[in-house]
Amino acid sequence: MLRSGVLAVGLAALALSACATTKGPTPKAEAKAAAAKPLPAGLDPGVRPDAFPSTYRPLPSAAFAIVGARALTGTGQALDNATVLVRDGRIEAVGEGLTVPAGVTTVDARGKWVTPGLIDTHSHLGVYASPAVAAHSDGNEMTSPTTPQVWAEHSVWPQDPGFNTARIGGVTTVLILPGSGNLIGGRGVTLRNVPSRTVQGMKFPGAPYTLKMACGENPKRVYGSRGRAPSTRMGNVAGYRAAWIEAADYVRKWDDYRAKVGRGEKADPPRRDLGLDTLAGVLRGEILVENHCYRADEMAIMIDIAKEFGYRITAFHHAVEAYKIADLLAANDICVATWAGWWGAKLEMYDSVEANVALIHAAKGCGIIKSDDPDLTQRLNQEAAVALAAGRAAGLQISEAEAIRWITANPAKALGVLDQTGTLEPGKRADIVIWDHDPFSVYARTEKVFIDGALTWDRRDPRYQPRSDFDLGQPGEGVR
Amino acid sequence: MRRLVRLATALALASAVPAAAETVAFTGARIVTAGPAGTLDPGVLVVRDGKIVSVGKGAPPAGARVIDASGAVITPGLFATGSLLGAVEISALGDDLSVDNPQIGAAFDIRDGLDPASTLIPVARTGGLTSAVVLPQPAGGGYDYHEGEGDVAAERMTAGGGQGPRPNTLFAGQGAVIRLDGSDDMVVRGGIGEVVAFGNTGARAAGGARGAQIAALKSVFTDVRAYAANRSAWERGSYRELGLSRADLEALVPVVQGRTPLIARVHKEADIRAVLKLAREEKLKVILEGAEEGWMAAADIARAGVPVILYPYADRPESFEVLGSTLENAARLQAAGVTVALTAPEGAAHRARETRYAAGTAVAWGLPWDAALAAVTLNPARMFGVGDRTGSLEPGKDADLVVWSGDPFEPLTTARAVYIRGQAQSLTTRQTELRDRYLDLGTPLPPAYKHR
Repeated sequence: MLRSGVLAVGLAALALSACATTKGPTPKAEAKAAAAKPLPAGLDPGVRPDAFPSTYRPLPSAAFAIVGARALTGTGQALDNATVLVRDGRIEAVGEGLTVPAGVTTVDARGKWVTPGLIDTHSHLGVYASPAVAAHSDGNEMTSPTTPQVWAEHSVWPQDPGFNTARIGGVTTVLILPGSGNLIGGRGVTLRNVPSRTVQGMKFPGAPYTLKMACGENPKRVYGSRGRAPSTRMGNVAGYRAAWIEAADYVRKWDDYRAKVGRGEKADPPRRDLGLDTLAGVLRGEILVENHCYRADEMAIMIDIAKEFGYRITAFHHAVEAYKIADLLAANDICVATWAGWWGAKLEMYDSVEANVALIHAAKGCGIIKSDDPDLTQRLNQEAAVALAAGRAAGLQISEAEAIRWITANPAKALGVLDQTGTLEPGKRADIVIWDHDPFSVYARTEKVFIDGALTWDRRDPRYQPRSDFDLGQPGEGVR
Repeated sequence: MRRLVRLATALALASAVPAAAETVAFTGARIVTAGPAGTLDPGVLVVRDGKIVSVGKGAPPAGARVIDASGAVITPGLFATGSLLGAVEISALGDDLSVDNPQIGAAFDIRDGLDPASTLIPVARTGGLTSAVVLPQPAGGGYDYHEGEGDVAAERMTAGGGQGPRPNTLFAGQGAVIRLDGSDDMVVRGGIGEVVAFGNTGARAAGGARGAQIAALKSVFTDVRAYAANRSAWERGSYRELGLSRADLEALVPVVQGRTPLIARVHKEADIRAVLKLAREEKLKVILEGAEEGWMAAADIARAGVPVILYPYADRPESFEVLGSTLENAARLQAAGVTVALTAPEGAAHRARETRYAAGTAVAWGLPWDAALAAVTLNPARMFGVGDRTGSLEPGKDADLVVWSGDPFEPLTTARAVYIRGQAQSLTTRQTELRDRYLDLGTPLPPAYKHR
């Protein structure tokens, strides 16, 4: 469960090459394959599949214990007078009134609230960095409707001041996605929200890759306005299916090639294709599909496409009509990452209701509040409170202890990192926020934000208030 | 819980009988008046014929129908300031907010195209809003808030290189104050101010440079004064040519006379100072809108007596005009003595109901609670010339008020009842109808059979 980054990368590489073969290779064939001459560097997608490996290292930390807080653990529990013991960057113990071991520093959080670090599953920080000028418009490769070959991490500017403001809002893990101008927009990247010189220094070790797909108005408008496909929703669907057919064929070619090599036969390798590598990763279940889709009827179509080609949709994003098919989404174990209050910017956003995520929750689904916005990401707790109030107004009995999951455990699930973060449980990364008020209050501000047990933001200590390079020497110098 | 039921019953009665026909007294609630009476806990608020009769302590008047609002909080109805309500339904399908017409710029009056049937209005009421200050938007991308869904904004940015087409007019038009009761009679006051964008947007309108805009505006104001002093000669055609259409010249006369404010959409400290200087030199009445770097010129803004409409969430260097933005802007301006009004995200239209959270967020970042309430009630009412009839709970004013389940700024608080001119407003919206239709997915007939 607690993998080291290096081990996780190694496992991923192993899985990739192993799964690429339809039938498991026999030991004999494997020996022959090993003997076969490797392809030139960069031509075999199974070799070094993680071409931009994480160099993330937690910031410095020492063992400590948060004591006296009211804790919402992200597991559905609320604890009073909670102690959260952290050692070596991991949560060691969580409970009411635990004794703090000798020699461990205590953080007095009496009268305060503690939650897991927040997780934003829909962000464009870094790829649409501030200032929002054309020079920073790096999130939508709108030169073809299908661009699985592009990776958001290659656009992320780590100096985007928005990472810092998001962290002040308690966001410790963030999924950076390409935009929604394309049917298939490219790979997303899951980041630890720490200041770093490089994007590699932020990459969440071992987190699975994600693929951004988009339904509806955006792709058909972008390409229809250029007189090319897709210009309709049916054109959108034809586009997805064509891409998956290509991907399935690509998988078959590599499987054939590896089988031949395994038998010691002479074989010509398929030409490596970056986009198809990504789609193949989805078909193998290694890359999670994050699907921008507003309307209920379109989500139902996307579910059938996934079944046709044998992949899973991990989460629908925006999904303002999810409440209309809450049963279908729960049955297919698909998360819903949405807002509470956003609606009406375009027609496919017209039927939004504030109680959307609460209705998903009531249907035993996986509800998530996300931002898609560098301002809202600073107040995911407020948006969750609005959603909670709307659920209660609809007659649903939902506790704060449950609702906190919409911005902690459920997003962790949608990013495939729930075994690492998203709750306050022993063994997990110590991603923790201390709040000065109930996080469902509009007055709540973060006091301290820990990532892997390291203090990354402290309202009262200027030594832990990072500023972007961009802010230096500017008016205000990054006063936020 | 018992209290809740009592209030609910009373409110049902209130809806059934128009409050205008009788004297109604609200009792038991904490009443925050935003007026001279301050906060009364508990207080008694008496309403008759759509007006507030009294607000005080003690017993309700004999014969009044009493609404027991024990445990509730009553405030004046809130203002959506700098709003697009009534002028937009679905943003991507267009709006009635801006013009790109050489003959009609300053003369564009937003009150003449507002839709009382907009579905945004009932949704706004659920957030305790009873009034809106609707302002035109500069043509061609002058709308500076972070717009809609990020992806939409992002796409436009890519397609248009981050800048919209150049507006060909310096003046965006005139705003209006409306009441959010969805009636034909929704306009409370028109011609409340003339919107002019400064900074990058204004510079584009003037041909590229900031200095050109100031020169262009001065030239226009000279022409307007000449027109006002020589109307008959101009009408006869025996006066020099003036740079604007007759309609636009006419619309700007009250502006140059300092009777109607110039609503200056401006962000950067240097641009704010340029607006203050222009106002001084031209003797204009000015309201700043945006003013993300306002705190850096707070003393000068206060000295000039210029009020500010601001968006309290602005804290990132979203453009080179707002490098100094901070969540403490509202608090710092207020502390310096500036009158502040707060606006909600995305032009306070679809998300106008979030006005109360904007106020609460400003409080979290240092604005005193009472000042935050004033910033969404009495301050905008006064700024736009309707402070004599709404914006606070005072005798003689319209009974525009909200009964809340608790602190109005808290998301977990709900508006239990909203009154406009004493009339209990429906809190059913298209959205609550959609929600209720899909609450139970197991009914034998499709949801289409469930409706009012």
